[in-house]
Amino acid sequence: MRSAFNLIAVAALLAGAAHADDGGRRMPAQVPPAYAQECAGCHVAYPPGLLPAASWTRVMNGLERHYGSDASLDPATVKALSDWLLAHAGTYKRVRAEPPPPDDRITRSRWFARKHEDIAPAVYRRPSIKSAANCAACHPGAAQGDFDDDRARIPR
Amino acid sequence: MTPLLSRTLAAMLLAATALPLGAFAQATTPAAQLQRWQAAAGAPGDAARGQKLFGMKAGNDLSCASCHGQPPTAAARHASTGKPIDALAPAANAERFTDQAKVDKWFRRNCKDVFSRECSAVEKADLMAYLVGLKK
Repeated sequence: MRSAFNLIAVAALLAGAAHADDGGRRMPAQVPPAYAQECAGCHVAYPPGLLPAASWTRVMNGLERHYGSDASLDPATVKALSDWLLAHAGTYKRVRAEPPPPDDRITRSRWFARKHEDIAPAVYRRPSIKSAANCAACHPGAAQGDFDDDRARIPR
Repeated sequence: MTPLLSRTLAAMLLAATALPLGAFAQATTPAAQLQRWQAAAGAPGDAARGQKLFGMKAGNDLSCASCHGQPPTAAARHASTGKPIDALAPAANAERFTDQAKVDKWFRRNCKDVFSRECSAVEKADLMAYLVGLKK
Protein backbone atom coordinates (compact mmCIF):
# COMPACT_ATOMS: atom_id res chain seq x y z
CA MET A 1 0.00 0.00 0.00
CA ARG A 2 2.71 2.36 1.03
CA SER A 3 4.73 1.54 -2.10
CA ALA A 4 1.69 2.10 -4.28
CA PHE A 5 1.21 5.47 -2.63
CA ASN A 6 4.87 6.30 -3.21
CA LEU A 7 4.55 5.29 -6.83
CA ILE A 8 1.61 7.61 -7.29
CA ALA A 9 3.49 10.42 -5.54
CA VAL A 10 6.52 9.92 -7.79
CA ALA A 11 4.32 9.76 -10.89
CA ALA A 12 2.61 12.99 -9.87
CA LEU A 13 5.98 14.64 -9.29
CA LEU A 14 7.26 13.49 -12.67
CA ALA A 15 4.10 14.69 -14.40
CA GLY A 16 4.50 18.04 -12.66
CA ALA A 17 8.15 18.24 -13.70
CA ALA A 18 7.35 17.35 -17.30
CA HIS A 19 4.66 20.01 -17.35
CA ALA A 20 6.98 22.65 -15.95
CA ASP A 21 9.65 21.60 -18.46
CA ASP A 22 7.77 22.38 -21.64
CA GLY A 23 5.07 24.50 -20.03
CA GLY A 24 7.17 27.60 -20.50
CA ARG A 25 7.88 27.09 -24.15
CA ARG A 26 4.26 26.56 -25.07
CA MET A 27 2.02 29.47 -25.96
CA PRO A 28 -0.08 30.64 -23.00
CA ALA A 29 -3.74 29.62 -23.28
CA GLN A 30 -4.83 33.25 -23.66
CA VAL A 31 -3.06 35.16 -26.43
CA PRO A 32 -4.09 38.80 -26.88
CA PRO A 33 -5.41 39.42 -30.42
CA ALA A 34 -2.91 42.31 -30.68
CA TYR A 35 -0.04 39.85 -30.28
CA ALA A 36 -1.12 37.95 -33.38
CA GLN A 37 -1.93 41.14 -35.27
CA GLU A 38 1.06 43.29 -34.39
CA CYS A 39 3.94 40.99 -33.53
CA ALA A 40 3.07 37.97 -35.62
CA GLY A 41 2.52 40.18 -38.67
CA CYS A 42 6.25 39.98 -39.36
CA HIS A 43 7.50 36.97 -37.42
CA VAL A 44 6.30 33.86 -35.65
CA ALA A 45 4.39 34.61 -32.46
CA TYR A 46 7.25 33.71 -30.13
CA PRO A 47 6.08 32.22 -26.82
CA PRO A 48 6.76 34.82 -24.10
CA GLY A 49 8.33 32.13 -21.92
CA LEU A 50 11.33 31.98 -24.26
CA LEU A 51 12.78 35.34 -23.13
CA PRO A 52 13.34 36.68 -19.61
CA ALA A 53 11.43 39.71 -18.34
CA ALA A 54 14.48 41.99 -18.72
CA SER A 55 14.65 41.16 -22.44
CA TRP A 56 10.93 41.70 -23.08
CA THR A 57 11.10 45.03 -21.27
CA ARG A 58 13.95 46.20 -23.53
CA VAL A 59 12.20 44.89 -26.65
CA MET A 60 8.93 46.65 -25.80
CA ASN A 61 10.74 49.90 -24.93
CA GLY A 62 12.50 49.96 -28.29
CA LEU A 63 9.86 49.06 -30.88
CA GLU A 64 10.80 52.02 -33.09
CA ARG A 65 14.11 50.27 -33.74
CA HIS A 66 13.09 46.63 -33.64
CA TYR A 67 15.82 44.46 -35.22
CA GLY A 68 16.07 46.75 -38.23
CA SER A 69 12.35 47.52 -38.49
CA ASP A 70 10.01 50.17 -37.18
CA ALA A 71 7.52 48.14 -35.14
CA SER A 72 6.14 51.10 -33.19
CA LEU A 73 2.65 50.84 -31.68
CA ASP A 74 0.25 53.11 -29.85
CA PRO A 75 1.03 53.37 -26.10
CA ALA A 76 -2.11 51.49 -24.99
CA THR A 77 -1.24 48.46 -27.13
CA VAL A 78 2.40 48.56 -25.98
CA LYS A 79 1.22 48.56 -22.36
CA ALA A 80 -1.28 45.71 -22.85
CA LEU A 81 1.24 43.56 -24.72
CA SER A 82 4.03 44.31 -22.23
CA ASP A 83 1.83 43.30 -19.30
CA TRP A 84 0.99 40.02 -21.00
CA LEU A 85 4.58 39.31 -22.05
CA LEU A 86 5.88 40.02 -18.55
CA ALA A 87 3.19 37.85 -16.95
CA HIS A 88 4.55 34.90 -18.95
CA ALA A 89 8.21 35.91 -19.32
CA GLY A 90 10.91 33.37 -18.58
CA THR A 91 8.55 30.51 -17.81
CA TYR A 92 10.66 28.13 -19.90
CA LYS A 93 13.03 26.70 -17.32
CA ARG A 94 16.12 26.97 -19.53
CA VAL A 95 15.53 30.71 -19.83
CA ARG A 96 15.68 31.07 -16.05
CA ALA A 97 18.99 29.20 -15.95
CA GLU A 98 21.00 31.74 -17.95
CA PRO A 99 21.44 35.53 -18.36
CA PRO A 100 19.38 37.40 -20.99
CA PRO A 101 20.65 36.46 -24.46
CA PRO A 102 22.81 38.95 -26.45
CA ASP A 103 20.65 41.50 -28.28
CA ASP A 104 17.65 39.95 -26.52
CA ARG A 105 17.43 37.44 -29.35
CA ILE A 106 15.89 34.05 -28.56
CA THR A 107 18.13 32.59 -31.26
CA ARG A 108 21.25 33.70 -29.38
CA SER A 109 20.30 31.98 -26.12
CA ARG A 110 22.72 29.29 -25.01
CA TRP A 111 19.90 26.77 -24.75
CA PHE A 112 18.90 27.58 -28.35
CA ALA A 113 22.45 26.92 -29.56
CA ARG A 114 22.58 23.63 -27.65
CA LYS A 115 19.26 22.44 -29.03
CA HIS A 116 20.28 23.33 -32.58
CA GLU A 117 23.94 22.28 -32.42
CA ASP A 118 23.47 19.81 -35.28
CA ILE A 119 22.13 22.46 -37.63
CA ALA A 120 24.86 23.99 -39.83
CA PRO A 121 24.67 27.79 -40.36
CA ALA A 122 24.16 27.23 -44.11
CA VAL A 123 20.93 25.38 -43.39
CA TYR A 124 19.41 28.55 -41.93
CA ARG A 125 20.37 30.46 -45.06
CA ARG A 126 18.35 28.20 -47.36
CA PRO A 127 15.71 30.22 -49.23
CA SER A 128 13.07 27.99 -47.66
CA ILE A 129 14.24 29.03 -44.17
CA LYS A 130 16.07 32.40 -44.43
CA SER A 131 16.79 32.82 -40.73
CA ALA A 132 17.04 30.95 -37.45
CA ALA A 133 14.25 33.26 -36.30
CA ASN A 134 11.89 31.58 -38.77
CA CYS A 135 10.91 28.82 -36.32
CA ALA A 136 7.91 27.76 -38.39
CA ALA A 137 10.09 26.76 -41.34
CA CYS A 138 11.05 23.59 -39.43
CA HIS A 139 8.57 23.52 -36.51
CA PRO A 140 5.09 23.47 -38.08
CA GLY A 141 3.43 24.06 -34.68
CA ALA A 142 5.72 26.96 -33.72
CA ALA A 143 2.90 29.51 -33.62
CA GLN A 144 1.25 27.38 -30.95
CA GLY A 145 4.56 26.92 -29.15
CA ASP A 146 5.00 23.31 -30.29
CA PHE A 147 8.74 22.76 -30.77
CA ASP A 148 8.71 18.98 -30.33
CA ASP A 149 11.68 17.34 -32.11
CA ASP A 150 9.44 14.57 -33.44
CA ARG A 151 7.42 17.02 -35.49
CA ALA A 152 10.38 19.11 -36.72
CA ARG A 153 11.12 18.82 -40.45
CA ILE A 154 14.00 20.71 -42.05
CA PRO A 155 13.00 21.86 -45.56
CA ARG A 156 15.42 21.44 -48.46
CA MET B 1 -2.87 36.04 -5.25
CA THR B 2 -1.97 32.69 -6.82
CA PRO B 3 -0.05 32.84 -10.11
CA LEU B 4 -2.94 31.08 -11.87
CA LEU B 5 -5.49 33.55 -10.54
CA SER B 6 -3.34 36.55 -11.42
CA ARG B 7 -2.75 35.16 -14.90
CA THR B 8 -6.47 34.56 -15.40
CA LEU B 9 -7.21 38.09 -14.22
CA ALA B 10 -4.52 39.49 -16.51
CA ALA B 11 -6.02 37.57 -19.44
CA MET B 12 -9.53 38.85 -18.63
CA LEU B 13 -8.23 42.40 -18.32
CA LEU B 14 -6.51 42.05 -21.69
CA ALA B 15 -9.63 40.66 -23.33
CA ALA B 16 -11.60 43.58 -21.90
CA THR B 17 -9.14 46.16 -23.22
CA ALA B 18 -8.61 44.45 -26.58
CA LEU B 19 -12.31 44.28 -27.52
CA PRO B 20 -13.10 48.01 -27.70
CA LEU B 21 -10.03 48.57 -29.90
CA GLY B 22 -11.42 46.06 -32.40
CA ALA B 23 -14.98 47.36 -32.10
CA PHE B 24 -13.96 50.93 -32.95
CA ALA B 25 -11.74 50.03 -35.91
CA GLN B 26 -12.68 52.41 -38.70
CA ALA B 27 -13.82 50.38 -41.68
CA THR B 28 -12.67 51.55 -45.08
CA THR B 29 -12.08 50.30 -48.62
CA PRO B 30 -9.09 50.38 -50.97
CA ALA B 31 -10.94 52.86 -53.22
CA ALA B 32 -11.67 55.11 -50.23
CA GLN B 33 -8.00 55.05 -49.25
CA LEU B 34 -7.00 56.01 -52.79
CA GLN B 35 -9.52 58.89 -52.62
CA ARG B 36 -8.25 59.93 -49.22
CA TRP B 37 -4.63 60.26 -50.29
CA GLN B 38 -5.51 61.84 -53.61
CA ALA B 39 -7.48 64.47 -51.68
CA ALA B 40 -4.54 65.02 -49.32
CA ALA B 41 -2.12 65.23 -52.25
CA GLY B 42 -4.41 67.46 -54.28
CA ALA B 43 -3.70 65.35 -57.38
CA PRO B 44 -4.67 61.94 -58.78
CA GLY B 45 -2.44 59.00 -57.89
CA ASP B 46 -0.12 57.81 -60.64
CA ALA B 47 0.01 54.00 -60.85
CA ALA B 48 3.23 53.96 -62.91
CA ARG B 49 5.01 56.14 -60.35
CA GLY B 50 3.55 53.96 -57.59
CA GLN B 51 4.90 50.82 -59.23
CA LYS B 52 8.36 52.36 -59.47
CA LEU B 53 8.27 53.51 -55.86
CA PHE B 54 7.11 50.06 -54.75
CA GLY B 55 10.22 48.44 -56.19
CA MET B 56 12.67 51.19 -55.21
CA LYS B 57 15.47 50.46 -52.77
CA ALA B 58 16.49 53.46 -50.70
CA GLY B 59 19.50 53.10 -48.48
CA ASN B 60 18.35 50.21 -46.33
CA ASP B 61 18.61 47.71 -49.20
CA LEU B 62 14.88 47.17 -48.82
CA SER B 63 11.94 47.95 -51.03
CA CYS B 64 8.22 47.40 -50.47
CA ALA B 65 8.64 44.47 -52.86
CA SER B 66 11.30 42.87 -50.64
CA CYS B 67 8.53 41.64 -48.34
CA HIS B 68 5.41 41.95 -50.53
CA GLY B 69 6.77 40.68 -53.88
CA GLN B 70 6.26 42.41 -57.21
CA PRO B 71 3.61 42.37 -58.36
CA PRO B 72 2.22 41.87 -54.83
CA THR B 73 -0.68 39.75 -56.07
CA ALA B 74 0.44 36.56 -54.32
CA ALA B 75 1.64 35.66 -50.83
CA ALA B 76 5.27 36.63 -50.27
CA ARG B 77 7.76 36.30 -47.44
CA HIS B 78 9.26 38.76 -44.98
CA ALA B 79 12.75 39.73 -46.16
CA SER B 80 14.49 39.00 -42.87
CA THR B 81 12.30 36.60 -40.89
CA GLY B 82 10.96 34.52 -43.80
CA LYS B 83 7.44 34.63 -42.39
CA PRO B 84 4.75 34.26 -45.07
CA ILE B 85 2.88 37.52 -45.73
CA ASP B 86 -0.54 37.39 -47.39
CA ALA B 87 -0.97 39.09 -50.74
CA LEU B 88 -1.10 42.90 -50.53
CA ALA B 89 -3.08 43.71 -53.69
CA PRO B 90 -6.78 44.15 -52.90
CA ALA B 91 -7.66 42.07 -55.99
CA ALA B 92 -5.92 39.08 -54.40
CA ASN B 93 -6.79 39.72 -50.75
CA ALA B 94 -10.12 41.26 -49.78
CA GLU B 95 -8.91 42.08 -46.27
CA ARG B 96 -6.35 44.63 -47.42
CA PHE B 97 -7.03 48.34 -46.83
CA THR B 98 -10.28 47.72 -44.95
CA ASP B 99 -9.17 49.18 -41.60
CA GLN B 100 -7.88 52.75 -41.65
CA ALA B 101 -5.84 52.50 -38.43
CA LYS B 102 -4.08 49.47 -39.87
CA VAL B 103 -3.40 51.26 -43.16
CA ASP B 104 -1.89 54.24 -41.31
CA LYS B 105 0.17 52.07 -39.01
CA TRP B 106 1.72 49.98 -41.78
CA PHE B 107 2.36 52.94 -44.08
CA ARG B 108 4.15 54.65 -41.18
CA ARG B 109 6.23 51.62 -40.18
CA ASN B 110 7.07 50.31 -43.61
CA CYS B 111 7.89 53.66 -45.22
CA LYS B 112 10.31 54.24 -42.35
CA ASP B 113 11.85 50.80 -42.92
CA VAL B 114 12.33 51.37 -46.64
CA PHE B 115 12.84 55.14 -46.99
CA SER B 116 13.88 56.02 -43.41
CA ARG B 117 11.02 58.54 -43.32
CA GLU B 118 7.26 58.57 -43.62
CA CYS B 119 5.77 58.61 -47.11
CA SER B 120 4.16 61.78 -48.41
CA ALA B 121 0.50 62.02 -49.42
CA VAL B 122 1.58 62.08 -53.08
CA GLU B 123 3.57 58.87 -52.62
CA LYS B 124 0.70 57.17 -50.81
CA ALA B 125 -1.73 58.21 -53.54
CA ASP B 126 0.68 56.79 -56.16
CA LEU B 127 1.12 53.53 -54.22
CA MET B 128 -2.63 53.17 -53.75
CA ALA B 129 -3.24 53.83 -57.45
CA TYR B 130 -0.75 51.08 -58.30
CA LEU B 131 -2.16 48.58 -55.80
CA VAL B 132 -5.83 49.24 -56.57
CA GLY B 133 -5.12 48.87 -60.28
CA LEU B 134 -3.54 45.43 -60.00
CA LYS B 135 -5.50 42.44 -61.31
CA LYS B 136 -5.24 39.07 -59.66
